Amino acid sequence: MSLTNVRNKLKFLSLRTESFQTRNSNPSAFMSIVRKEFTDYIRSWRIMILGIIILLTCIGSIYTAITTISDAIDQAGNQAEGIGSDLYLFLHLFTVSDGTLPSFITFVGFLGPLFGIALGFDAINSERNRGTLSRLLSQPIPRDYLMNAKFAAALLLNVLLFFSLGLLVMAFGILILGIPPTFEEFLRIFCFLCLCIVYIAFWLNLGILFSVVFKSQATSALSSIAVWIFFNVFYSMIINLVSKSIFSPDRMTNVSDVLESQDTVLTLMRLSPNYLFSESTTILLSPNVRTLGPLTVEQTVGAVAGPLPLSQSLLLIWPQLTGLAAATLICFAIAYLTFMRQEIRTN
Amino acid sequence: MNQATIQLDEVSKQYDDVFAVRNLSLTISKGEIFGLLGPNGAGKTTTILMLLGLSEPTSGSVRVCGIDSIKKPIEVKRRVGYLPDNIGFYQNMTGLENLLYTAQLNNIPRDEARKRAEYLLDKVNLSDAANKKAGKYSRGMKQRLGLADVLMKNPEVIILDEPTLGIDPEGVRELLKMIRELGKEEGMTVLLSSHHLHQVQQICDRVGIFVKGQLIAEGNVQSLAKKLFPEATLVITVHASPIPNELVKEVQLLEHVQRVQKIEEGLEITCYEDISAVISKVIVEMGSDLTHISKKNFGLDEIYHRYFEGRELHESY
Repeated sequence: MSLTNVRNKLKFLSLRTESFQTRNSNPSAFMSIVRKEFTDYIRSWRIMILGIIILLTCIGSIYTAITTISDAIDQAGNQAEGIGSDLYLFLHLFTVSDGTLPSFITFVGFLGPLFGIALGFDAINSERNRGTLSRLLSQPIPRDYLMNAKFAAALLLNVLLFFSLGLLVMAFGILILGIPPTFEEFLRIFCFLCLCIVYIAFWLNLGILFSVVFKSQATSALSSIAVWIFFNVFYSMIINLVSKSIFSPDRMTNVSDVLESQDTVLTLMRLSPNYLFSESTTILLSPNVRTLGPLTVEQTVGAVAGPLPLSQSLLLIWPQLTGLAAATLICFAIAYLTFMRQEIRTN
Repeated sequence: MNQATIQLDEVSKQYDDVFAVRNLSLTISKGEIFGLLGPNGAGKTTTILMLLGLSEPTSGSVRVCGIDSIKKPIEVKRRVGYLPDNIGFYQNMTGLENLLYTAQLNNIPRDEARKRAEYLLDKVNLSDAANKKAGKYSRGMKQRLGLADVLMKNPEVIILDEPTLGIDPEGVRELLKMIRELGKEEGMTVLLSSHHLHQVQQICDRVGIFVKGQLIAEGNVQSLAKKLFPEATLVITVHASPIPNELVKEVQLLEHVQRVQKIEEGLEITCYEDISAVISKVIVEMGSDLTHISKKNFGLDEIYHRYFEGRELHESY
């Protein structure tokens, strides 16, 4: 063995020990994937188009909200207490509309899932179809890095987009209306934005799940959109149909019966993530809403009329929040397990 | 330096009821270029995936560079470069960017990665296309970029799955030359799977024939021929006239001759060694006119073909 060989060998050895130190965790590789995925997302046409649509609709809805609110302020201008009594005026920015354009929360509830699906539906199968999956996984990275990084990148984009949107709306509100939000209002908006992100993460994970299960991108996109449309449009119709039989007059003999059937219908409705989201946003952004189910007169007796504090609102929607988070996690877990067990080969 | 770099021991992989790979034992030593030959669906890719720890064998043990691929796949993947059969690149990134991304995943520092990528792009003749989007690359360019990609991490072993698939003959020649040079220069162990025999024959030190998940023979081309065909592999065709029976007998008695068959214009002699000179001498000495003599050796292609002619036979059990 010649001297150069020995030297090479030594160089090799030192390289090896270096790599041994970083062998178990490889955060820089993880960050590299996240960075690359994020760049891909913000450069891709579909995300740009969706982003622009979301931005435009939001501007539209804020505009209508602001005009409605300033009209209301003008009308109530004479009676100072009229404004004062309307607590949480700032939150109306997100919920109020004059009927020409839907409100901010309606838009987010509608476009958010679409955005999540657009981010997720081709996460894994596009890699597979392009032939990059096997090349990527033959690099020294654990298999789950790929999926976690894709999810992280998409989530990061979501957080950025929705927080910037929410903050922009607040900024516009302050500039145009001239009323600063109270701290509680700010917290409520913050919670609402977090809720949006969890909700979109659910659809994102559903997209990722379909991208793992279906080999073709078109199939996974269509199935995710089908699920979305089902919950958005048809689910409530089906429940209405079911509730007709539940609420049939001959079964309603007393109040408790009515309450019971109402509960059943509500529980059925709550199987839909859309319904959970809309309930939660209503409670978060309209503190005057005190309950989600029916209340009897006896129950309301003695209740202090007035808006709920944030902690109570949160308490009210806690089951909804955990439900949404659980749905999100379950989708991710199924996708994760399926992907970890899947064959890598392309054909 | 004859240590085993790749060691498969009684490896089986079962999908439902079907064995993709059955009781495969194979040892490849360091610095060797090994060709894994077999028809489509023979289990070549499955074997490769098991080597990389991307697929778990049903039974048996796999060791690459002395490391267990099942238990420590990441360690193995650090040392092994793999070129998949259907290689793809991120189309909206340039060739250079694709290589740099691979470098990042291997924790290679940025400056070093750039130097190495440029060096390798030069080596695979892609320097001009380095800043072109990978989506615009031709098939041959992609394959060469793939080779550069595999070498980015400076591997000890490179595994190439059907590297010559879909490339024009000139491209194949170039690619194979590169593989051969790289293997020899850098002392890398190369495992190459293919169903294209001429190519494998050109560059491999040793080949293994793989059918229905089983390695039916391994060795260099000559020994393989002997193994697969215990009978003689050289056929000498002689055209001569007249052909008396004594001549046939005489030829039959020659050393190395296995069988003599009388054909229309002469003789067909199957033998173990090239004895055409002796045969022609015998014919002339017997007083016949020799008009034509030719010999045919079984190359790898022939071996392969003759084996697969009887494939149905083998499939039935």
